[in-house]
Amino acid sequence: MFRFLLRRLAVLIPTFIGVSIIAFAFIRVLPGDPVMLMSGERVMSPERHAALTHELGFDRPLWIQYLDYIGGVVRGDFGSSIVTKRPVLDDFLALFPATLELSICAIILAIVIGVPLGVLAAVKRGSWLDQSVMGFALVGYSMPIFWWGLLLIIFFSGVLQWTPVSGRISLLYFFPPVTGFMLIDSLLSGQSGAFKSALSHLILPTIVLATIPLAVIARQTRSAMLEVLGEDYVRTARAKGLPPRRVIGLHALRNALIPVVTTIGLQVGVLMAGAILTETIFSWPGIGKWMVDSVFRRDYAVVQGGLLLIAAIIMVVNLIVDVLYGLINPRIRH
Amino acid sequence: MATMNVKEANAAIGLEGGPSVDASRRARFAEFWYYFRQNRGALVGLAVFLLIVVVAILAPVIAPHSPTAQVRGAFLVPPVWEEGGSWEYILGTDAVGRDILSRLLYGARFSLFIGVVVVTLAVVVGVVVGLIAGYFRGAVDTVIMRLMDIILAFPSLLLALVLVAVLGPGLMNAMIAIALVLQPHFVRLTRAAVMAEKTRDYVTAAKVAGAGHFRLMFKTILPNCTAPLIVQATLSFSNAILDAAALGFLGMGAQPPTPEWGTMLAEAREFILRAWWVVTFPGLAILITVLAINLMGDGLRDALDPKLKRS
Amino acid sequence: MKTKMMFAAALLAATTLSGAAGAKTFVYCSEGSPEGFDPGLYTAGTTFDAAAHTVYNRLLEFKPGTTETIPGLAESWEISDDGLQYTFKLRPGVKFQTTDFFTPTRDLNADDVIFSYERQLKSDNPWHQYVAGASWEYFNGMGFPELIQSIEKVDDMTVRFTLKQPEAPFLANVAMPFASIISKEYADKLEADGQMQLLNQQPLGTGPYEFVAYQQDAVIRYRAHEDYWNGKQKIDDLVFAITPDASVRYQKLKAGECHLMPFPNAADVEEMKADPNLKVMEQEGLNVAYLAYNTQMAPFDKPEVRKALNMAINKQAIVDAVFQGMATPAKNPIPPTMWSYNDSIEDDPYDPDAAKKMLEEAGVSNLSMKVWAMPVSRPYMLNARRAAELIQSDFQKIGVNVEIVSYEWAEYLQRSSDVKRDGAVILGWTGDNGDPDNFLHTLLGCDAVGGNNRAQWCNEEFNNLVMQAKQASDQAERTKLYEQAQVVFKREAPWATLDHSLSVVPMRKEVEGFVQSPLGDFAFEGVDLAE
Repeated sequence: MFRFLLRRLAVLIPTFIGVSIIAFAFIRVLPGDPVMLMSGERVMSPERHAALTHELGFDRPLWIQYLDYIGGVVRGDFGSSIVTKRPVLDDFLALFPATLELSICAIILAIVIGVPLGVLAAVKRGSWLDQSVMGFALVGYSMPIFWWGLLLIIFFSGVLQWTPVSGRISLLYFFPPVTGFMLIDSLLSGQSGAFKSALSHLILPTIVLATIPLAVIARQTRSAMLEVLGEDYVRTARAKGLPPRRVIGLHALRNALIPVVTTIGLQVGVLMAGAILTETIFSWPGIGKWMVDSVFRRDYAVVQGGLLLIAAIIMVVNLIVDVLYGLINPRIRH
Repeated sequence: MATMNVKEANAAIGLEGGPSVDASRRARFAEFWYYFRQNRGALVGLAVFLLIVVVAILAPVIAPHSPTAQVRGAFLVPPVWEEGGSWEYILGTDAVGRDILSRLLYGARFSLFIGVVVVTLAVVVGVVVGLIAGYFRGAVDTVIMRLMDIILAFPSLLLALVLVAVLGPGLMNAMIAIALVLQPHFVRLTRAAVMAEKTRDYVTAAKVAGAGHFRLMFKTILPNCTAPLIVQATLSFSNAILDAAALGFLGMGAQPPTPEWGTMLAEAREFILRAWWVVTFPGLAILITVLAINLMGDGLRDALDPKLKRS
Repeated sequence: MKTKMMFAAALLAATTLSGAAGAKTFVYCSEGSPEGFDPGLYTAGTTFDAAAHTVYNRLLEFKPGTTETIPGLAESWEISDDGLQYTFKLRPGVKFQTTDFFTPTRDLNADDVIFSYERQLKSDNPWHQYVAGASWEYFNGMGFPELIQSIEKVDDMTVRFTLKQPEAPFLANVAMPFASIISKEYADKLEADGQMQLLNQQPLGTGPYEFVAYQQDAVIRYRAHEDYWNGKQKIDDLVFAITPDASVRYQKLKAGECHLMPFPNAADVEEMKADPNLKVMEQEGLNVAYLAYNTQMAPFDKPEVRKALNMAINKQAIVDAVFQGMATPAKNPIPPTMWSYNDSIEDDPYDPDAAKKMLEEAGVSNLSMKVWAMPVSRPYMLNARRAAELIQSDFQKIGVNVEIVSYEWAEYLQRSSDVKRDGAVILGWTGDNGDPDNFLHTLLGCDAVGGNNRAQWCNEEFNNLVMQAKQASDQAERTKLYEQAQVVFKREAPWATLDHSLSVVPMRKEVEGFVQSPLGDFAFEGVDLAE
């Protein structure tokens, strides 16, 4: 196991270095001189332009800029935003809980609905139930979620006026962040109604973000279940006269879940891509929206640092999934 | 595109397991078609997809209006069945008085074009790189696979977004960016298939017979790896359409006034609570197209994957 | 159904806005996050609304609703006869805010003023680089480093600025957000604690509202400043709800979740005006969009040619297509809300036939030219490409062939200022301080050629007028000079003036005392909510 972990880490480090080079290189080739953009329509004098370029270090050789940057990253310094002048890491840490909260809720929703649906579909294979579950899953899988979010807003916020249009909690409630998770913080604050408000803000974005993972998990569960149900030991268990519920619950599901766990782990990247769109639609103050805004503001330092941090998170999560998978399924360890 | 898929599939099956003759090719296609036909969803998907292709080709003939002509005094006309709608604009008009139906019909061209270009780019690059990695192994393989790991370490949409920001917003750059983020899947698939096939007897035989690297890679091995590639290509086709629409929606894809569906949605956002039709129809068009392709993809996989065929 | 929904909305409004035990909460749905809370570091209006107009004051302030200056933290001032020395007498007894994070022990004095300027002026000041990449863009942009000779403390309550040359707009400049007065005592404490960056995160000043908390990209909260020198505000709590999407802002306004919003969608304005729960204020913004010819290149070096082209442009069509009516065609290079705007000037008529004839008389035929279209949307020009397409078809009618070009924004700004640039450039300007000098000299003066003067236009008569106005300190005299300069501008036509965009501010009916600023600020001093 230890060797397996070491081998994975040995792959991770060069990949991370590659990621950092790519993130760094992107920003250097982005068109447009960041110094020029600082003053907008007002033309900067050439002297001041040169002075600022020097001050910001853009006049040094690229490889020195890169080493400097990486040196900072190792010390936890991801640079400062060109726009807000705040450290990138501070902004990231301030906004990440919002994305995390949304993602966790979405993945829970996707599992809670997706797994039972997949099991049901597999058990009742070929029935109308199976067909409609798979039909819905395919629709979910094909869904342009940015449009889906707009439709939900039109219906639930516009027509029915049930849910708020954007944000994380009503302005009525105000309390300092403790965990950064609005659901938990609202409970901790002890203000009545705060939790309900946070929940009502969370519902639509969660549904939107959960749509694709839900579909994928349902499909994956179904096919894994089908495979397991065809295996000898399940047939034996059935032949022994065990009640079907026990067969499915105890024997089949547990084995079928192994590939499903991997699938869930792999949804992290999908969730991040989804968060970009979901947060943009619902003005959800998380890192997805932060990245989009920064791309548009040409905030080079943020795009660079954000890319790096997000890639690092995805890589670490994938590693954890791999290790878990290795633990559950010893065959994979070679 | 659909016919090309079938042809490719035909070729793939015809070649499976060694040299082919026309008759066996035809027989294998018949077998494929037999399985594909079993899947009602796939047939519906195929039919809808063919319809979209026809619509895209005939857009200039069947569209009632120009997709970019702005009619003053016909701003935000609702669809015909709503109060205030007219047969002149069946699905209504947008904020600057352009006919939505016509824009959707023309938009089909962009979506299909995006799908074809992106998939072609991703397949060609991915297959060649994957072949090289799987065939030569060693340091070349390591470098290539690390590069692919790096690309896959980023969320695809975020990477595409930043890439487009680097290249400059626009449809062409969006397609390049999407192709780049989709291509590692082809590299991985091809490489795995090549490594599995390489030790097979027929490859050794060809090698003994004096076939060069190039011939071995492209003529001997590649045709036997096509089935999973076709399935992946179909998936990528729908992904390409979705991602391009998402980029368009974020303002980084096709630029207005191009009637690309995602771009139309982006322009429609400000009217979301007043004119539901400008928001609803472009998204519906995306959903239907992607759904049709995914249905076809499922059918293709079932028909091409012998393992699932048995169960 | 409709009445039911309205009732529901009203109910919601009642419940959301009444807040706790009689405290008045005013919610402003702002358009974006502030870049930070130190007004000196930034140039965006969003940041100034959130920091400068709430927490801080300046030596002079703009009189609400105008571009005239009135006493602020300086009670009075004297200008020496040579126009070089400005002596400000500070208002006594001005209290800084007492907050959770700092308790001041003294009132405002000259040290605070000197500190606020010197940190921007002197590169050896410890606060000059207190955050990475601090560049004091406005301080530099307004030419302060070259202008200010020295700042001295005459006594505790008197500060004297000595300038290197006379500069009449100086008084307007010190009323600008970047010149906000910061507590030196607070800064000293932060410096001693090694927490200098907090100055940009937890601002503390003398202004009408004190800072409570900022939740990034979501909400900023303020409380009324108890001891505000100009009287405690009627609003107890001020909240900025950051809502970047205009249709969402409108939705919130309708639902009563906020009281006032900036920058509505043009398409929504009619509906807003019809809504009995809302009222809408409108005013020309302090901006202008223009098409600048390169007046150093043939045939655009001839005023007749420029004039003819100007007459071929249908400005109303641009206003309709690009702004859906939320703008007015421009005839002068300065907006109508600015003092010295010369309303007696007649705009060139839109007359393609006459234009064509004028071109022929000037000996120009088969003209082909480039028109540059900005790649970004700005308040004065929402969609430059659309405007360029309209100009293209207008010019087509008089036989002039137009090729539309565009570059990436930073490159556009850079290339368009080049003296040898080929083509006419669409660009614009948003005023900084409400002084005509900020338009006429900054954009059209001889020393701006190769820089902000995109027409590369150096006209002796015009330049003399604006230079004279810059050095005269008498407002009436300056007005006359600027009015004259506008006449010269119209005659010589270095630009086609395109439009001034309208600033439209929708708010709930119960909002009282909000004054629309021609400078585009959203300031909530003196605002109240009717019961």
